[in-house]
Amino acid sequence: MPRIKVKRTSTVTDMTAMCDVASLLLTFFILTATARQPEPLAVQTPSSTYEFKVPAENNAILTIGQGQVFFEVAGNKVRARTLELIGKQYNIDFTPQEIQRFSVISTFGVPVSDLKKFIAMSGSDRMKKGVQTGIPTDSVDNQLNSWVLQARTATAEVNQQPMRVSIKGDAKEEYPVIKKIVDVLQKQKVNKFLLVTNSEAKKK
Amino acid sequence: MAELNTGGKKATPRVDMTPMVDLMFLLVTFFILTTSISTPQAMDIVKPDKDDKNENRLELKASKTMTILLGKKDKVAWYMGEAGKTAPTFENLSVVDKSIIENRKVADASGIKGEFVVLIKPTSGSTFQNFVDIMDELEILKVKVRQIDDDNILDNEKQSMQQQGIL
Repeated sequence: MPRIKVKRTSTVTDMTAMCDVASLLLTFFILTATARQPEPLAVQTPSSTYEFKVPAENNAILTIGQGQVFFEVAGNKVRARTLELIGKQYNIDFTPQEIQRFSVISTFGVPVSDLKKFIAMSGSDRMKKGVQTGIPTDSVDNQLNSWVLQARTATAEVNQQPMRVSIKGDAKEEYPVIKKIVDVLQKQKVNKFLLVTNSEAKKK
Repeated sequence: MAELNTGGKKATPRVDMTPMVDLMFLLVTFFILTTSISTPQAMDIVKPDKDDKNENRLELKASKTMTILLGKKDKVAWYMGEAGKTAPTFENLSVVDKSIIENRKVADASGIKGEFVVLIKPTSGSTFQNFVDIMDELEILKVKVRQIDDDNILDNEKQSMQQQGIL
């Protein structure tokens, strides 16, 4: 018997539609996402079931880990104003270029005396180990107190909104370290905090 | 004339899109991995004002107050009522939620007016994770009245915790 000839169809599929989908996704991601900022101090935040979003504006984040504190305040204008105020307080003159450069730095942790040098550094140099040693919090020279105070003033001036304080602590950090920072804030009558956490599925 | 393609069947100009799709997905993957889409979550905490001279404070009923001391190695010590009057119970932090439920049941059944209160005292041996965990537990259990006190750790509390080696 003669074999029935099966016509072989080619396996080439039309990829045009898939290409469309992929570019659509790509466009979506580029437009919606914000680039992840490099962090000078990586912390592993504890997890909780709270579902409160950290506000994007009128917020300052204190990163606490390895006994060090790093500071970040949201908003370029607020940052610029904060630096001006800090300069006034510590009698340091910052040039407009320096203020502009500082306004794009997110998280940092250097003493005020090293601030000029720090601003002049390139972005990759800032992230080098040992450059950022945290903000001094001793009772003699409490610079964190000044930063929080000036950031609150700046936020109130620029945005006419009160500033919230978020604490991004490392899960393994000992409680006294956190308490020390919180005590600094409570001296300024900041009694409400946000603790940054990883989201965790709710137990049923 | 240059019309060689006289067959009438024009070959459609097809482009192989496969490499382009590959490239696109590579880019998509890259963007997913390098960007943070979701904003981080947070829990809001209110601590009592340090130099609040206001007399208008909430009075706590000792019989409806549970004090939880956070200690070393994820251990907790808890007791009901006033310090020193009842011996504290020592437990792992992971199972303390059962005790909270139990104590709330007893407190609610006692008929004494007032809300069930949980007082959290993190000691120097505890970690930030412990603190967040217990606050989270109270949120899950819907304990409405909770207090954080990290300044007044009483001597008898310290003693009993030292005996258990969790301070």
